[in-house]
Amino acid sequence: MAKSLGPVKRKFSPWTDPNAVPFIRFENITKRFGDFVAVDNLTLDIYEREFFSLLGPSGCGKTTLMRMLAGFEEPTEGRILLQGQDISGVPPYRRPTNMMFQSYALFPHMSVEKNIAFGLEQDNMPKGEITARVQEMLKLVKLEQFAKRKPNQLSGGQRQRVALARSLAKRPKVLLLDEPLGALDKKLREETQFELMDLQQTLGMTFLIVTHDQEEAMTVSDRIAVMDKGVIMQVATPAEIYEAPNSRYVADFIGDINIIEGKVADTASALGAPGAVKIETEGLSITVDQECQAVKGDHVAFAIRPEKVRISPDAPADPSVNAFYGEVWDIGYLGDFSLFIVRSEDGRFMRAAQANVSRLVDRPITFEDKVWLTWPRDAGLVLTR
Amino acid sequence: MATVAETNPAPHSAKGTGGHSWTRWLVVAVPYIWLILFFVAPFLIIFKISLSDTAIAMPPYLPTFDGFGSIGEFFSELDFENYIFLTDDPLYIMSYLSSLRIAAISTILLLLIGYPMALAMARAPTSIRPTLVMLVILPFWTSFLIRVYAWIGILKPDGLLTLALQTIGLMGEGEQVQIFRTDYAVFIGIVYSYLPFMVLPLYAALEKMDNTLLEAASDLGCPPWKAFWKITFPLSLPGVIAGSMICFIPITGEFVIPDLLGGADTLMIGKTLWTEFFGNRDWPLASAVAVILLVMLVVPIMIFQNQQKKVV
Repeated sequence: MAKSLGPVKRKFSPWTDPNAVPFIRFENITKRFGDFVAVDNLTLDIYEREFFSLLGPSGCGKTTLMRMLAGFEEPTEGRILLQGQDISGVPPYRRPTNMMFQSYALFPHMSVEKNIAFGLEQDNMPKGEITARVQEMLKLVKLEQFAKRKPNQLSGGQRQRVALARSLAKRPKVLLLDEPLGALDKKLREETQFELMDLQQTLGMTFLIVTHDQEEAMTVSDRIAVMDKGVIMQVATPAEIYEAPNSRYVADFIGDINIIEGKVADTASALGAPGAVKIETEGLSITVDQECQAVKGDHVAFAIRPEKVRISPDAPADPSVNAFYGEVWDIGYLGDFSLFIVRSEDGRFMRAAQANVSRLVDRPITFEDKVWLTWPRDAGLVLTR
Repeated sequence: MATVAETNPAPHSAKGTGGHSWTRWLVVAVPYIWLILFFVAPFLIIFKISLSDTAIAMPPYLPTFDGFGSIGEFFSELDFENYIFLTDDPLYIMSYLSSLRIAAISTILLLLIGYPMALAMARAPTSIRPTLVMLVILPFWTSFLIRVYAWIGILKPDGLLTLALQTIGLMGEGEQVQIFRTDYAVFIGIVYSYLPFMVLPLYAALEKMDNTLLEAASDLGCPPWKAFWKITFPLSLPGVIAGSMICFIPITGEFVIPDLLGGADTLMIGKTLWTEFFGNRDWPLASAVAVILLVMLVVPIMIFQNQQKKVV
């Protein structure tokens, strides 16, 4: 049976269907602000009903990309297609997209219900229908009793809900969320993330979210685009991004990871397994089961997540391969996990995480203990980029 | 907590803050003493004069305060005669109404000219905004009087305006601009002089407005011209009210501009007041005119205060 990467969230993967028509298409988009290139010749397809995240550090161009879709910026080059229609030059007030702003941008002189009704009034919807829709939205975000309040009489979490209700009220084809949960505390943020996912499923809209919070992107998205300096580094499902990053940049940006630079010593055939790579680096020999473009002599990186590294005071059966010997340099106790930072004799560091599955431990590993770090051949991966 | 503190004041803290509360009172008292000395006291003197009668004497009114011995006689001579006279002669009522009319029209003109200016300033790149503010207050570096005199030079029949229009051919050789010494000249002078007072509060209100609100409006389907009336204008209302009050109140009592630029038929209460004081030497009547003017202007100030409270 073929193995899959991580848990499957829902049976939804139009991007694997070659006949699927993308709902939104960014086609060779370049955006320059003076000399600064915010987005550099970027092409990206987003499908209907997809929950898509743009993830990257600040200044990577993710917000600019979203603002171009909303119509606040025009691309310098390239075009944006929405349902096959080129939307260049269409002003924001005629685009079927709605945005939830990072600052919420609630109208301070209007009550909660007026804020939510604003977009509907612009469409000249009949009064009765507006009232009904506003009530529905208030119920959806659980703010019925706050309808008459002004935004400055609400808490941060309530404001965020009003902003969400306002952007959903018009039932846009695409909802754009710009760092929507940035201002909330961790608990409320996690709760809201799940609510957002539920909403997206029930309403059947396409959600595009911009965030720099990788956990948030991992939790909510069907697919994530990791961006850096105006370029997309990888577009994949959260599990793929985490378990099979395509480059050192993506591997390092998402989660915690050990990256060991080395040279390819041998490939496939010699190692007995179809598609295996042997990497030699000073004092360490690593074999990885992975089909790989690299050939003998190439400089590559071996990457492995700390939770996939086993830590033990006992030497493994074969200490010559996939084994790292050293002394415990630092311990981070995170409650659910303990992170061990181990230093080898030649001064290299490697991290191993151990789930704290039982409350009481017979012989805990502690500072200055000599330990072995080991990992199976399929636990890490080779990065050529 | 509060009740405990009230019924059981800690002796140490009371001693400790004793000196502080004395200085605090002093700080609060200074502006009040100032107001009493330079506003309340003069106002009471003017009010007293308004209740007196004219006299050919020095000072030109009766009774004068001759000490506490004859204080009963002093009060018995005061009456509201001058106020009754003000309502008898239509000149005064006309002056008040004309002043209010000129002030109202000027304020509207100032809003119409000042609002676009303030909006353009608020939307200008951040780097040039201080320069624009500087340009607005630049006229204050020259004396107000000199600037009004300069307008005489521009507006008079053989002035710069006539010359300019003749030069570009919009006006024949023999024709002249007939603006000087009319209400139009007064409006030009007032709008010119008060424009900074309108622009600055409007700019302050517009500048602090969050631009993403307009993006949000646009995103929700509201075109820019509609967004102006739905978002920008309502949010700038405190600035509109502040600017209007700051202009309307002093324009109502304006004397210099109508005197220098206005015609013989330009009726403004400031001019009437001046004539009563210095032309007719009727100090009591002039004082009555001044008291009524003050009362009239207190009303808009109170509206303004009320509005400010609502905003806070």
